[in-house]
Parts: sequence; C-alpha cells; structure tokens
Amino acid sequence: MKNAIKLYLRYISVSIQSQMQYKASFIMMAIAHFAITFIDFIGVWVLFDRFGAIKGWNLPEIALFYGMIHMAFAIAEAGARGFDTFDSKVRTGEFDRILLRPRSLVLQIIGQEFQLMRIGRFTQGFIVLCWAMWSLNNSLSFIKVMLIIISILGGTFLFIGLFVLQATLSFWSVQSLEVVNMVTYGGVEIAQFPVTIYDSWFRKFFIFVVPLACVNYFPAMGILNKTDPLNSPAWLPWVSPIIGIVFFILALQVFKFGVRHYKSTGS
Amino acid sequence: MRAYISIVKLRFMLLIQYRVAAIAGICTQFLFGFVRVMVIAAFYASSTAIQPMSYGQTVTYIWISQAFLGMLPWNGDSEIQEMISSGNVAYELCRPLDLYNHWFCRAFAQRTAPTLLRAIPLFIVTLFFLPEKYSMQPPNSLASFGAWILVTIGALMLSCAITNLFNISMLWTISGDGIKRLLPAVVMIFSGMTVPLPLFPTWMQPILRILPFSGLVDTPMRFYLGNIKPSSIVPFLFHQFIWTFVLILYGKWLISRGLKRVEVQGG
Repeated sequence: MKNAIKLYLRYISVSIQSQMQYKASFIMMAIAHFAITFIDFIGVWVLFDRFGAIKGWNLPEIALFYGMIHMAFAIAEAGARGFDTFDSKVRTGEFDRILLRPRSLVLQIIGQEFQLMRIGRFTQGFIVLCWAMWSLNNSLSFIKVMLIIISILGGTFLFIGLFVLQATLSFWSVQSLEVVNMVTYGGVEIAQFPVTIYDSWFRKFFIFVVPLACVNYFPAMGILNKTDPLNSPAWLPWVSPIIGIVFFILALQVFKFGVRHYKSTGS
Repeated sequence: MRAYISIVKLRFMLLIQYRVAAIAGICTQFLFGFVRVMVIAAFYASSTAIQPMSYGQTVTYIWISQAFLGMLPWNGDSEIQEMISSGNVAYELCRPLDLYNHWFCRAFAQRTAPTLLRAIPLFIVTLFFLPEKYSMQPPNSLASFGAWILVTIGALMLSCAITNLFNISMLWTISGDGIKRLLPAVVMIFSGMTVPLPLFPTWMQPILRILPFSGLVDTPMRFYLGNIKPSSIVPFLFHQFIWTFVLILYGKWLISRGLKRVEVQGG
C-alpha cells in the first residue's frame, strides 16, 4: 500500500513537472479556468441582487454551498482525468497495455495526469468560501474547519466515483459521456443551492442515488448551526461526508466488474 | 456563390446525421434547463417585488435559450483546429475560395444543423409535456412570432461571425488557446444564457444592450415574449447587423494577418 502511494506521488510529480514546462500557458489556462467557473457565481450574485433571498436562504449561505462544491469538484477534475478520458483508451487499445502492467489498474489510471489548471476553479471556490465564512460572522472553530475539509473530501470522492462510473460505461457504449456530464457538471450547479429549494422527488434523487446532498447540504447544516428544514438527525452533518467515500468504493467495484468482463477488440 | 451554398449544404447534411449525439444533447440541455427553472421558481417565490419579467416569461426565456444553445458561438470548428495544428490548412489555401467565406459557410452549417436537431424536440417537450409551473409559453402574438424569426436569423449571422473569429484565432497557438477558453464564458454570461439579461441590475442594462452578445439570445427572447413590441424591431436588427458587419470585417482583416505568419513545416 505504501509502495502504491509512493508510486502515485511519483506519477503526479511527473505530470505536474510536464505541465510546468509551459509556465505561461499554465498560468493563462488557470486564470481562464478561474474566470469561466467564476461566471457561475456571478450568475448567482445577479439573482440575489434582484431577489434578495431564495426560500429563506441568503447569499452568504449559498456562497458556503457554492464554495464547498466547487472546491470538491476542482480536485476531482484535476485528479480523475484518467477516468475522464477512459473511453479513448478503450477505443485505441491503450487500455490493454495498461492491463498488462504489473501494478494496480486503478493506480495507473489515476496516476495518468493531475491537471494543475483546475486550480482555477479551486481558487475561486476557496475565495467564495472564505467570503461566505466572513460574511456569516461564523466563529471558525477547529471542529468546523475539520467538517469543511471532510465534506470537501467526501465531495471529491463522490465526483471521482462519478467519473469512474462514466469510465465503466465506456466498456459497453460509445456515447456515454454526455449522460454522466449531466450529473457531474449538472451536479455542481444543483449542489450550489441547498436541496430544500428543489421538488421532493428531485431532492430525494440527490440524497439517496447521487448523494450530493450528503457531501454538501447536510454538513453545511452543521457548519451553519442551522436546524435542518428536512428534520434530519443532529449527528448527520458529521457522518454524511463518508457517504461520498462509500459511493466511490461502490463505483470502483462496478468498474472492476466491467474490467473482469472486458473483451478487447484488439488493437 | 454556388460553391459556398454547396459547402453549406454538404456540411449541414453531414452534421444532421449525428442523431445519437443530439439525443444526448437534448437530455443534457433539458436537465440544465430544468435545474435553472427550479432555481428561478424558488427565487420568484421568495420575493413579492415586481420584476422586469414575469415568472412565466423567465421560464420560457430559459427553455428557449437552452433549446438554441447550439446556435450560440461557444466553440469553434474542431476540424479547422485540426487542420491548423496539422498544417493541412495549406491545402485549404490552394482552393479557389476565399478562406474566410469558406469557414463562414462551415460555421453556418455548424450553428444550424445541431440546433435544429435539439431545438425541435425540446420545444415540443417543454411546450406541451411539462406541468404548468415549469412549461414554456407560446409566443406573445403572431407579430411577435414573426419578429422573433427575423431577429433569430440576425442572431444566427452574428453567431457565425463570432464563431469564425474563434476559428481564426486558432492560427495563433497561445492566444488561440486562451480565447478558446475565455470567449465561451463571456458569450454565456453576456448573451443571457447564464441568467436572463433583464434580471441583471439596472445599472448594467445599458452596457449589456450595447455589447454584441445580447443580440444572440436576449434580443430574440424579448421579441418572442412580447417584452419589446414587434414594431420596434428595426433598432435591434440594426444592432445585430452592425455588430455582424464589424466582426466580419475584423475577421477578414485578422485572417489575412494570421495567414501571413503561418509556417507550414512540410509533410
């Protein structure tokens, strides 16, 4: 296990070094990525400027949701690139080469690239989060910071799990990407707002099927010290980010199932 | 002239074949539209102030802008980018066609074919098969409908001009990359895709009105909804026309400069 982590870190440092070869390009892409993802927040700000509140939630509270989910997604985007481009690996036969290597399959795929430019989205999420905590006059206890970090990690695992499922679909279909984009990029847009604003059936889907609410909404209830309009138990905020990790583990099992039944098309 | 028309026809016929991608696109647009509609519904329910657009109008705005996403200049022609990076653009220069016009015709097909495939089903579903709360409204009047058709054509031409600027900017590798990433975000927010323009703060309205991007989505929407009387169509058509004209001139100048510095490295 320790060996695997060392190898992963090696892979990542190679990937980062190669990206840093083109420093100007990297900086520009990171700034562009920051600007593009920040547009989302501008959209949110415009709506609050006009309407003042959304079903009892104000802008700083929404900024908390926004910041957490964008930071989680940014890390997932950066790290799970190998799964994102998995369908082309299957098509070209590159996947067969990876299977032949004497190290873990998932390690190979995850180690393929660590996209530094996603730091753009991460930074704007972080800035929005800091602004939210500052505006909410929320006393930052150590416990709360830990909760924020854990829920972001849970969110990261959830999104990586979704990327893994997307990769698994490419074993069986060519046109899988768009469908999963709906829950990854769509998921970010959905989780920007507390799930209470959505209709019941929609809300249930994103609590029980794609547990976005577990890594974002419920922990936020703990951070905001708010009584949950959905009447969830008081211990839930501290436990629910784990659901993101569980989701990832389940997704990996599905992926391994797909690998076991994989028949190569030849190269 | 006949050559250009046949280019449009051929490219259009080719792009119309991508039915499966269209289905995926329809699902994605539908989900994103639905999320935005739910968010807007929550916002409207949270405020009793009079808004520049009624709730029903805003919902219609969101649905139609999602349906016409394909017509928005959010990307360039990927085949042209391939041609430029591989150097095959040299072949294009040998043809007895003006390169700018050639690419403009490709852009015309690129902005119409996928849009038709996606817009028609989306219109049908959102107009007839959604509950009252989330459904799209029919046009305000027959005259409004006619005005909408006219400004949509204007928006299409404007979009082709901007798409062509995308294509031309690929002749410069670093800046082209930057523009490829930044321009879509700028287009999204200033055209009214992210948030309907009438909902932006009042102080921003004059700026939004002057910028070319409002002509892409916002102007057609205002006429469809009857927000602006069909009789006032001339200044808006003029706005679209002037910007299209300016951007075409700029594009033609840019392409001649870009081609001068193209170095084809054999092969």
